[in-house]
Amino acid sequence: MSLKIHQDHSRFKAIVRGKIKANLRKYVQKGEMLGKKGKDAISIPIPFIDIPRFKYGHKEQGGVGQGDGEVGQTLGPGQVQPGDGHGQAGQGEGEHALEVDVTLDELAQILGEELQLPNIERRHNEKIVTQKIKYTGINTTGPESLRHFKRTFKQALKRQIATGTYDPAKPVIIPTREDRRYRSYKLQDLPETNAVIIYMMDVSGSMGDEQKEIVRIESFWLDTWLRHQYKGLESRYVIHDAVAREVDRETFFHTRESGGTMISSAYKLCREIIQADYPKSAWNIYPFHFSDGDNWSADDTRQCIDMLRNDILPHVNQFAYGQVESPYGSGQFIKDLREAVGDQNNVALSEIADKDAIYNSIKDFLGKGR
Amino acid sequence: MPKSLTPRLAALNTEVEGYAREFGLDFFETVFEVVTYDEMNMVAAYGGFPNRYPHWRWGMEYEQLAKGYEYGLSKIYELVINNDPCYAYLLESNADVDQKLVMAHVYGHCDFFKNNFSFRHTNRRMIDEMANHATRVRRWIDKIGVEKVEDFIDRTLSLENLIDQHAPHIRRNPDPKRAEDEAKANERVEGFKVGREYMRGFINPSEFLESQRKKVEDEKARAKKFPERPQRDVLYFLLEYAPLEPWEADILSILRDEAYYFAPQGQTKIMNEGWASYWHSTIMTRRALKDDEIIDYADRHSGTMGTRPGALNPYKLGIELWRDIEDRWNKGRFGKEWDECDDLRARGSWDKKLGAGREKIFEVRKHYNDITFIDTFLTAEFAMEQKLFVYGFNDKRNSWEILDREFRKVKAKLLQSLTNFGQPIIEVVDGNFENRSELLLAHKHDGQDLKGDYARETLRNLQSLWRRPVNIVTRYDGKGVMLRYDGQNHSEKKFEL
Repeated sequence: MSLKIHQDHSRFKAIVRGKIKANLRKYVQKGEMLGKKGKDAISIPIPFIDIPRFKYGHKEQGGVGQGDGEVGQTLGPGQVQPGDGHGQAGQGEGEHALEVDVTLDELAQILGEELQLPNIERRHNEKIVTQKIKYTGINTTGPESLRHFKRTFKQALKRQIATGTYDPAKPVIIPTREDRRYRSYKLQDLPETNAVIIYMMDVSGSMGDEQKEIVRIESFWLDTWLRHQYKGLESRYVIHDAVAREVDRETFFHTRESGGTMISSAYKLCREIIQADYPKSAWNIYPFHFSDGDNWSADDTRQCIDMLRNDILPHVNQFAYGQVESPYGSGQFIKDLREAVGDQNNVALSEIADKDAIYNSIKDFLGKGR
Repeated sequence: MPKSLTPRLAALNTEVEGYAREFGLDFFETVFEVVTYDEMNMVAAYGGFPNRYPHWRWGMEYEQLAKGYEYGLSKIYELVINNDPCYAYLLESNADVDQKLVMAHVYGHCDFFKNNFSFRHTNRRMIDEMANHATRVRRWIDKIGVEKVEDFIDRTLSLENLIDQHAPHIRRNPDPKRAEDEAKANERVEGFKVGREYMRGFINPSEFLESQRKKVEDEKARAKKFPERPQRDVLYFLLEYAPLEPWEADILSILRDEAYYFAPQGQTKIMNEGWASYWHSTIMTRRALKDDEIIDYADRHSGTMGTRPGALNPYKLGIELWRDIEDRWNKGRFGKEWDECDDLRARGSWDKKLGAGREKIFEVRKHYNDITFIDTFLTAEFAMEQKLFVYGFNDKRNSWEILDREFRKVKAKLLQSLTNFGQPIIEVVDGNFENRSELLLAHKHDGQDLKGDYARETLRNLQSLWRRPVNIVTRYDGKGVMLRYDGQNHSEKKFEL
């Protein structure tokens, strides 16, 4: 069914997205972390289209309300709805909260449109089917944990009134077995494809806070996009200086170590993780490695390249290396990689000079559609 | 696509319509259409109409309504258009009891539309008119391009509230010929006709002649002013005098027409919703409800009547006021005797058994709007019973709080929020300001300052229509200020009008 309004609706969305599009760089630049709330909906303040008019400031205005409370009592948040109050009836006027909910999925779509990212070609389409519960109706039987309180109450109220046992002076409602109502559900099959991101980050002394901030922002967007492409995405985090270890997300973004850099240690761990948990036949695998490119020795670099060639690249959808510019690093590593494996089509290399460059770097990483 | 009533709904409608007539409601023929929730959201986004000109803001409304519905936060029950015949929509998935409630409610609205004086000048063929507007705008879009047209609409919407809501009741342009004659007649000041010459000094004393002459002078001076008197219908002024392209003028006139069409609904929101609620409640509880529907009905009704501390619910306030008026006139609680009685016990048991309540409310629904309604019928007892209060923002605590429960202040605040829809009153004072064809607006300051950033943005939009620099005089912190935008820069300076 197509309604006329859909034209206006998509126009509005385009404008809103246009705003996001225009501001996307800025978001990234400012490093605003877009937090996840609840499951996957996040609330992003979007410049809601609020046409300017001559009007009073809300705080100037105040208004008349109704209800209990002493003078001086604070009205809770969400209770005050100042402004036009009596907006033009039927015209649906009135003040709006200036937020449009964008789900991560929508955000990913916006990102995809903006960067013109291709959809990822899945390497594995073997689907693992999971079942999801969906509540669809009301039943007279069911487990107590699914009892629908309001419906049960209403049923009991109806019965008591009908049988004349309801006393308005003492409105006690006692549901009987027959009054009880339960939510009923259906099981739905959800196909799932499996993907894992293995984040690796150099946390040697030469990686400063700014460099890590870049990694954090960039990985948020990578995460968002891949999550949009694959339901059921797993993430693993590896940090390394001269030795590598696997950590949780929190530690990954907030650790500061010092010491030298041996990238091979990370790749070794990455290889182990893949071998142990993610058989090639069932998983789409995405290692991302961020470093300032200042490796310990040419020897270690050679080891890295060997490992990449023989053990990692054949197993993964894409290997991505992002080199964050730092005042201390030589930045040699990306050159070595480019020389050695740059011609492989499942390798994405990107240099990230500063926060502004994140935008293009995301494109470098995701633009191949692998 | 909207469907007409199923036989079952048609039978319900006949039943409810019968009750409505029985109670004396007087309405246009009312056409119900059955729609899905998606269609309902669309029509609601369009302000109740099936057809509007293309614009993103309907999409914005739709987005909110659709999301609200999908997340189970809100649901539109009833939608009715002031038109002859009245059109109203029923949600396909509603239960019978809901449909009856909606029908009863709708008949209340239709009666109000037909009889309340505020709607007397509204176009009763607005459905067609809106469709015509849509066609006209579409045609301009084809010719001029969507970007330009939409951009112009956006800028005009910024000025949409600058209309004179009383304008439809005033005869604007008097017969030009008659005006001319009057002007000519006024030019020579000879005083009254004198039969006997010696009486001249008594019939037309020189002071009188002098004052008459001065009047004429003033009149002339005013004629030189442009506009002659401050013009509150800023949109009209722009339409007449701004250097607009034909397509711009056409679109401006469309938006102005629509603003005027919707204005009375804003002026009578409390009365209208209250009236409709009064009638759905009366019709349902006295006639239409079946025993097994009573709980669902009560659930719905109380949902509609719910209040929150920081927002007045016009349904609730309205229905309570109507009931209060009915009760007072039934018991004779009005007039001099009642007002002067300060014996609380006597007041408490006052009942003259007049039984004039119904009659009174039918009369009131004809001749009042929200402002006069509240002003006349909101009593101290009522305000206390309904627990009304004034709230405001406490800067120190950075929160909203209850400021006062004193009746006078509550009423004053309520009336203030209703005056001009709670929006600032702004007039065109001079269309040739400083003799440089600049536009000068004045804000009639009533103690509340304008929102500065919005005012500046609005000036920018105004300037794009007027094309010469625009100015507005207002007050900030008690001092006169003139904001100005000349097409490139904003500026402000002290200015007392």
